[in-house]
Amino acid sequence: MLGADRGHASRLWLVGLLPLVLLAGLILLMVRTGPADALRGEGVPPVEVLTFQRVELTPRGITAVVLNDGPDPVTIAQVQVDDAYWQFTVEPKTLPHLRQATLAIPYPWVEGETHRVKVLTSTGVVFEHEIAVAVPTPKPGWRFFGVFTLIGIYVGVVPVMIGLLWYPLVRRLGQQGLDFLLALTVGLLLFLLVDASAEGFEVAAGLPRSYQGIPLFAFAGIAAYLALEALGVWLRKRSSARREQAGWILALLIAVGIGLHNLGEGLAIGAAFALGEAALGSLLIIGFAMHNTTEGLAIVVPLAKQTNAGSRVPIRALAALGLLGGLPAIAGAWIGGFVYSQVWALVFLGFGVGAIAQVVAQILGQMAGDEPLPRYLATRPVLAGLLAGFVVMYTTGLLIG
Amino acid sequence: MEGFSRRSWLRLAGVASLLGGTFWHRTPRPSAQGHASSSNDYGHAGHSLGTVGRVSADRFNPMTYLRSWNFAHLPPAERQKFYRETPRPDGSLLREYEIFAVDREIEIAPGLFYPAWTYNGEVPGPTIRATEGDRVRITFLNQGRHPHTMHFHGWHPPDMDGALDAHQVLPGEQFIYEFDAEPFGLHLYHCHTVPLKRHIHKGLYGVFIIDPKTSRPPADELIMLMNGFDTNFDNDNEIYAVNTVANYFLTEPIRVTVGRPVRIYLVNVTEFDLVNSLHLHGMFFDVFRTGTSLVPHDNTDTVMLCQGERAILETTFRYPGMFMFHAHQSEFAELGWMGMFQAEGARRET
Repeated sequence: MLGADRGHASRLWLVGLLPLVLLAGLILLMVRTGPADALRGEGVPPVEVLTFQRVELTPRGITAVVLNDGPDPVTIAQVQVDDAYWQFTVEPKTLPHLRQATLAIPYPWVEGETHRVKVLTSTGVVFEHEIAVAVPTPKPGWRFFGVFTLIGIYVGVVPVMIGLLWYPLVRRLGQQGLDFLLALTVGLLLFLLVDASAEGFEVAAGLPRSYQGIPLFAFAGIAAYLALEALGVWLRKRSSARREQAGWILALLIAVGIGLHNLGEGLAIGAAFALGEAALGSLLIIGFAMHNTTEGLAIVVPLAKQTNAGSRVPIRALAALGLLGGLPAIAGAWIGGFVYSQVWALVFLGFGVGAIAQVVAQILGQMAGDEPLPRYLATRPVLAGLLAGFVVMYTTGLLIG
Repeated sequence: MEGFSRRSWLRLAGVASLLGGTFWHRTPRPSAQGHASSSNDYGHAGHSLGTVGRVSADRFNPMTYLRSWNFAHLPPAERQKFYRETPRPDGSLLREYEIFAVDREIEIAPGLFYPAWTYNGEVPGPTIRATEGDRVRITFLNQGRHPHTMHFHGWHPPDMDGALDAHQVLPGEQFIYEFDAEPFGLHLYHCHTVPLKRHIHKGLYGVFIIDPKTSRPPADELIMLMNGFDTNFDNDNEIYAVNTVANYFLTEPIRVTVGRPVRIYLVNVTEFDLVNSLHLHGMFFDVFRTGTSLVPHDNTDTVMLCQGERAILETTFRYPGMFMFHAHQSEFAELGWMGMFQAEGARRET
């Protein structure tokens, strides 16, 4: 009886494996015979695609990392900088599909000016990268480590903490005031969600095709959303059903979501410095700092709504929430400044978008309470708040251009 | 990092200030300046310019091309296949050439290959050199995949012009060009099939020298043809060179002797650009435009030629050492049109 079962099971295994074996055989056959090559004909040049992954400027010159994003191998023949053939070293010279190579070019670049690096392959195809504004690339060192940490603190930790200081005020607001503030936060976040998504698609479009940017971006967003959702479910299951606890969990989830989003912001700032847009840095930092103050608000408002008059929130707990939301900005700045890659930028951007979406869903759910969401949204303070959030974002965007 | 729009960051800044949550931090200015801005670590910049590596000189050697005409670089038996001289009653020569058009990949910079159309497998094509009054007979066989012709600059009857529709030599066919060599001077030949730009810049051109009956004074004679290559088909040259290979004479200087006259046959066939030029460092030369007069037109150190224009330059090196020469369009010079003379011998006043 048992033996027969075992025989049955092994036959099932065989049936499961057979298609895979056949597929492997088919692929082998296609690789061997190359049916597509019959269409290509003889003497047709190979399809060459080379993308610039990262360009660094150092006292020694220009270092460029290039990636073969095409199906055929690419051989690097010569390098031009600003339309002049220049000495360079490269390892390896011939790149198979998805292989990277680093070019070291001892070119005396000029600070603050624009340079164009061109790579010529053995067939004479030219791939170009423009360095818009040449400034030295920060190297991992204590100095820059410190600067990035400071930027992270300025952008992430301090503003979120400052936003938390509104807690006593928010606690004393009436229901309508709270609704308005929450709706305003949702309005801001929704705008940010759309904007960050658009940016994600832009970055995705710039990636080598093999990396399939848009699915990657979307998957990162969905993953972050579901991870936060799962975290919420787990936390709620662990805790008792008291109202204060529910408020705490929501605040915690929002803090985590905002933390993920701030990681992306830190990354953006670090990368801006790393990619030679340091001149913009100070303005960016101020912009982020102001924005993140409203994130502090987003954390305390639901907390205030849930924990009404009687209970007090310990300062240390508030501070912990602030750190949770703000500290990732520091990590983001480090990553962006030192190990920036467009693929990771896209993934983090996706995490941020997913996290914002989840925060929006959380806040809306919490705002509505037992009421059906559409009916709640249609109340006057909520509508006014949503509209105000959107209008504020839109008009400031118009003004800044 | 283009993906993160600056606008949205700034927008956020504006949002916050409108909300009234204005906090003005004094942000440090983490400018990278002072960190590594003075850049003195490049080595000698002059040694950094130019292509990297060496080309294979097995198929085509720009140095051999420099001092060879009428297939003189080939061993006699081999040369016989492509070039024959027969004396004529009036003392002149009948010069017969075998030229064939063939598609061939050529190396125009180290590791950089160009799908060329060639005369006899070389770019530039073989240099044809006759004396004024000689009879030139060229059997042209088209082994390429497109129609081609040979169009010579010089006196000839219209049916020898190789420019009209009726003159096209189709793939697999042949045509015999025959004419008297005149006037003396420095000329050129090239394919005149349309589209013209493509047929010329793909490599179908060469130098045609007609010597005066009383030959010019003896000199070290050098053939320099200024050309360019558009490797990515954007009607702009990625490579500029003299004798095809970018920077060849930068790594392999042309050896000349101090005190011995040097005669340069300079021809410009650069496509896409209006003019090209030659500038010689540290000395001056006589210019004989088109080489049709034995009296120099000019004495200068920079000569400019339109496409198809040519000039004979004569000079004598006075000092031993290295002398740079290049197009005085810096762009062309940095894209491969730069080389060196290495003058040997004791210093001499000339």
